Amino acid sequence: MTTTGGVRSPAPDPVAPAPPRPAVPEPPGGAAGFGGVLRSEWTKLRTVRSTTWSVVATVVLTVGIGMLATGMAASHWSHRSLIDRLTFDPTSRSLTGLLFGQLAVGVLGVLAISAEYGTGTIRATLAAVPHRHRVLAAKAVVFAALAAAVGEVASFIAFFTGQAMLGSGPPHAALGQPGVLRAVVGGGVYLALLGLLALGIATVVRHTAGAISAFVGVLFVLPLIVQALPTSVQDAVDRYLPAFIGAVTTATRPGAHRVFAAFPTWAGLGVLAGYALAALAVGAWLLQRRDA
Amino acid sequence: MIEARGLVKRYGQVTAVDGLSFDVPPGRVTGFLGPNGSGKSTTMRMIVGLDAPDAGSVTVGGRPYRSLPWPLREVGALLEAKAIHPGRSARNHLVALAQTNAIPGRRVDEVLELVGLAAVARRRAGTFSLGMGQRLGIAAALLGDPGVLLFDEPVNGLDPEGIRWVRTLLKGLAAEGRTVLVSSHLMSEMALTADHLVVIGRGRLVAQTSVEEFIASHSGRAVRVRSPRIADLVPALVTTGATVEPAGDGAVVVRGADGPAVGDLAASLGIALHELSPASTSLEDAFMELTAGTVEYHGEVAGVPGTGGDGQR
Repeated sequence: MTTTGGVRSPAPDPVAPAPPRPAVPEPPGGAAGFGGVLRSEWTKLRTVRSTTWSVVATVVLTVGIGMLATGMAASHWSHRSLIDRLTFDPTSRSLTGLLFGQLAVGVLGVLAISAEYGTGTIRATLAAVPHRHRVLAAKAVVFAALAAAVGEVASFIAFFTGQAMLGSGPPHAALGQPGVLRAVVGGGVYLALLGLLALGIATVVRHTAGAISAFVGVLFVLPLIVQALPTSVQDAVDRYLPAFIGAVTTATRPGAHRVFAAFPTWAGLGVLAGYALAALAVGAWLLQRRDA
Repeated sequence: MIEARGLVKRYGQVTAVDGLSFDVPPGRVTGFLGPNGSGKSTTMRMIVGLDAPDAGSVTVGGRPYRSLPWPLREVGALLEAKAIHPGRSARNHLVALAQTNAIPGRRVDEVLELVGLAAVARRRAGTFSLGMGQRLGIAAALLGDPGVLLFDEPVNGLDPEGIRWVRTLLKGLAAEGRTVLVSSHLMSEMALTADHLVVIGRGRLVAQTSVEEFIASHSGRAVRVRSPRIADLVPALVTTGATVEPAGDGAVVVRGADGPAVGDLAASLGIALHELSPASTSLEDAFMELTAGTVEYHGEVAGVPGTGGDGQR
């Protein structure tokens, strides 16, 4: 820092104290990079209560509803028809709660950016990181890591508690059986991808309520609209619906979910990842060109 | 050093900033003065790259903000009071900003101490008053120890002690050789804080001058006159082209004629004067006069984004 010409500093004093240590140490050189933005986004995510609540809600809903669904299956087992018994999928049943857990993950994904718009912190964020795509990329990476961890934990707990709830009547699933591990792992991945989709939607919409509405619309309203279409069209469209992909992902045997119409599990999750990436890409483009 | 050249910003039909050019040199406090809705906040957002100008450019230290390698270490900005997540603590808010520019946590504690928020640093920011929010915003601006500082209406919501603290802080920062731009819609505040003024109205530059020049050129042009025969004197003054208005205490304030002219006129008419003194126009009056014509504009477009008020979008 230099003083302007108008203010002449006095001649150096022989006993002048050493210049004060700079308030902020020199940066490591180069320019601010992605690592700092990642750390910053993780700080933001972990220091608000809504994150804790959303994580708790995701696990509780996924596990709790799964326990309820498997408990019901066990208590009604003796009254079930033969068809029902033959097509019963203990894995899929124990993961029923994902249908509700996905809402909590979606809220978390939305809030990760909409809260910044709601509170005005987005301007401080973007002034600190003028390369705006880095902000969204860091949010997506940090959120995806958390959501995947939470999703897997919720999915595995729901699977094991669900099998325990099945009791002595219905058949049980074990991770070693064909397709079961894939279904349980896939359930967690499904949650994380839906959360990313919610983050992308919220980046475009910029308002919490609007983004949550759009997210719920994609998950629950879209299938209702498709159901109103002729069957031939339904079969062509169903496989692209996120909720349908979720149902197929957690199924280990055909029957319950018109599987003939579906993408194979990983391909279905790939389609879902494509949606999330597309929403994030549109969000990134808008973030870069809109005024903050 | 901040250099704005021909900045233009439109929001739909409304031109919030209209061909604005000015310089903010280092080493002094530059007051950015204009009525509410005159484009101050919009200009400040353009300086830090939040809003893209429709035309023109603005650079900080010769570079566009978006190309600065360590933005927070070069420019600190307080743009909005209380732009904080209510559930996050003041310290975590600053830590998240610091991490983006590799600023150590120790510096976060330093600035919290500096703005007097150390004791409440771990409290949820939702419990903060407007004044505490301003202090936190100032702490965020100081985080990277930057050479260029922008403050948008920093004294809003502060108590008198806080206002004096901000004044001292701004002057201290400028004395260290930093570039300090501080916006206000209050001339009186700027007269106490700023060395130099950039005055805008309706998004256009109205004046770029030092505070002393501003005061010199806008005061002393009025004369207070008291006379037992004031009723005879006033018509005579008016015929010379001066304007006269009552001062409220029996005296009148005459504009458009200086002291000697009024005295000579009174003598030629044989009217005794009991008082003839320069009446200092208040700076607020001068400012109003200077930006006249931009005030009704405020009423016309209230509520239009970016022009309806300071920091409100």
